[in-house]
Amino acid sequence: MITIKNLHASIGDKEILKGINLEIKAGEIHAIMGPNGSGKSTLASVLAGREDYEVTQGEVIFNGKNLLDLAAEDRAREGLFLAFQYPVEIPGVSNINFLKTALNEIRAYHGQEEMPAKDFLALVKEKQKLVELDGKLTNRSVNEGFSGGEKKRNEIFQMAMLNPKLAVLDETDSGLDIDALRIVATGVNALKSKENAFVVITHYQRLLDYIVPDFVHILYNGQIVRSGGKELALELEAKGYDEIKKQFESLEK
Amino acid sequence: MIAEKSNTAQLIIDKISSSAEKVNFIDNDQLSKALLYLENKGIPNNKHEDYKYCNIDGIFKKEFRNIEQKLNSVTDVAQYKLKDALTLVVVNGNYSESLSDKLILKGLHLTAFSNLDKEEKKLIGCLANVESDAFIALNTAFSGAGFHLKIADNEQLQMPIHILYVSSANSEALVNPRNVIELGKNAEATIIEEQICIGTGKVFTNFLSEKFVGENAKLTSYTFQNEGANGFSVNTNQVTINRYGKYDNTTVTLSGALVRNNHNVVLAAQNCQAHLNGLFTTRNNQLVDNHTLMDHQMPNCESNELYKGIITDKSTGVFNGKIYVRKDAQKTNAYQSSKNILLSDDATINTKPQLEIYADDVKCSHGTSTGKIDEVAVFYLNARGIGRESAKKLLLNAFAQEVINKIEVDELKEKILNLFENEL
Repeated sequence: MITIKNLHASIGDKEILKGINLEIKAGEIHAIMGPNGSGKSTLASVLAGREDYEVTQGEVIFNGKNLLDLAAEDRAREGLFLAFQYPVEIPGVSNINFLKTALNEIRAYHGQEEMPAKDFLALVKEKQKLVELDGKLTNRSVNEGFSGGEKKRNEIFQMAMLNPKLAVLDETDSGLDIDALRIVATGVNALKSKENAFVVITHYQRLLDYIVPDFVHILYNGQIVRSGGKELALELEAKGYDEIKKQFESLEK
Repeated sequence: MIAEKSNTAQLIIDKISSSAEKVNFIDNDQLSKALLYLENKGIPNNKHEDYKYCNIDGIFKKEFRNIEQKLNSVTDVAQYKLKDALTLVVVNGNYSESLSDKLILKGLHLTAFSNLDKEEKKLIGCLANVESDAFIALNTAFSGAGFHLKIADNEQLQMPIHILYVSSANSEALVNPRNVIELGKNAEATIIEEQICIGTGKVFTNFLSEKFVGENAKLTSYTFQNEGANGFSVNTNQVTINRYGKYDNTTVTLSGALVRNNHNVVLAAQNCQAHLNGLFTTRNNQLVDNHTLMDHQMPNCESNELYKGIITDKSTGVFNGKIYVRKDAQKTNAYQSSKNILLSDDATINTKPQLEIYADDVKCSHGTSTGKIDEVAVFYLNARGIGRESAKKLLLNAFAQEVINKIEVDELKEKILNLFENEL
């Protein structure tokens, strides 16, 4: 699905990603954990195509295409989805209009006709049930005046509507209470299939009780310093990042 | 500041005097005053405080060197008509009975200025002081026609009135449309004034309207300006509101080489309200200048202004909003807001609130913001597969909604929305 090779990225003069290597296959769920400032969100942003970051080295192959050559909208059209850590409020643009535009631009990219209004509305109804999103919210402006939990559920709702091949969830669990967390996880698990893959970026083991990863990677100082199975997350939860930090610091000396 | 004198005014007077109809509804005394004012003060340039960003003298010198007044007759305006409105058509300042709908609305009276009786003629010029502005003077001196639209006391018009002002010439021309709109006591009306410029020649339209909102009357007014590259206009609205009266205007400017709007509202009695909203889009070298005046003369009145601009290419937008709260106008509420988006590095917006407050128990505020398109929002939309152009359209549409949603005539709202989206 996606192969990341020796990816380096900077913001201004500061190098944040210092050689990421990662291979994700269809049907897999990967968790990326790591302390604050390790580069988790930068990785998500670079994959999605945020222009604030400059890729200085490496390559990313997504379904046979060089992802880094594509504009952000084309990455999305190719099937990449980023669930934002901080979803953006867009006053005056209704959720419905936003999704209709997105869905139809993706369809146009693949040479498909616009989705008939009836089918679109049926899809909206089905998917908003999945994330228990109030029907009133879908008619409101994108994320405007939504609570933190509603914003995150709206991200998962959008994901469900657009049905991506690879979804990157950037700290979708932050700021969620236990009920919202369960709803988000239920949504992800319902969408999971042999054809798609997920990258779950999180600080905590908690979310991984609900979304069970196949692989866990620890990102530290811009590199993946350890990879393992789901038990690695439990180990981290028990021991914290101190051991890894120490190992790394002794390496640097 | 006194404007530097130029001979532009004299040249205009020489060019159009011969073809202008004789003005037979204004006192000779006023006519001489108008001409004298025009000759003395000239056409304002950017040294004139009120025209600092709108050098009309310069525009005349550059664009109207050869005014020939070859005005066109117009035979078909069907494409501009609204289905559920009564259309009145004014071609180059002259009311066209043949193009206009039949005046079937109860309570509506339309009279050519020249057919008004002596007493009624006194209304003309009552709000437009010939010695206050060069364009009022110019219109007064050369507007040979015009009409008085009266909505009788206690009458609520069942349908909006759509006044279509068509300017059309095959060479450079200057036209001076004029009207007086009067709402009697307790009257209610919705009036749409649309300005277009068709034909192959550049036309300078110097429009003047005096609007009287009677006691407890309600005038909902829309100004829609879409004059295209050949259209140059100065549009003066002089409005006075009597007690418990209400005046709402929404002005949408989608095109025009030069559009200068002088919207002057006098809240002349207690408990009246005025709302002015504006949306304009400019591109190329266009200039759109909205000048408003809210003159609060009496207590317990409310005014609110919201102007939004989208400025592209090398074009310029201006908003100058003056709020005047006189000594007697206690308990005034007056608000003003100007928001603008600049879409290019060469685009310019000049925005200036002017508050002059002489009463001590008032609530007045103003706010202005100017920015570029929100790149964070653009990225969010891109990340969902929406391309840059569509993202921009969605965001600009959202920006404009606040003003477009003030339009309560659905058909007009839809028409403007479609044209607006095409402009983006």
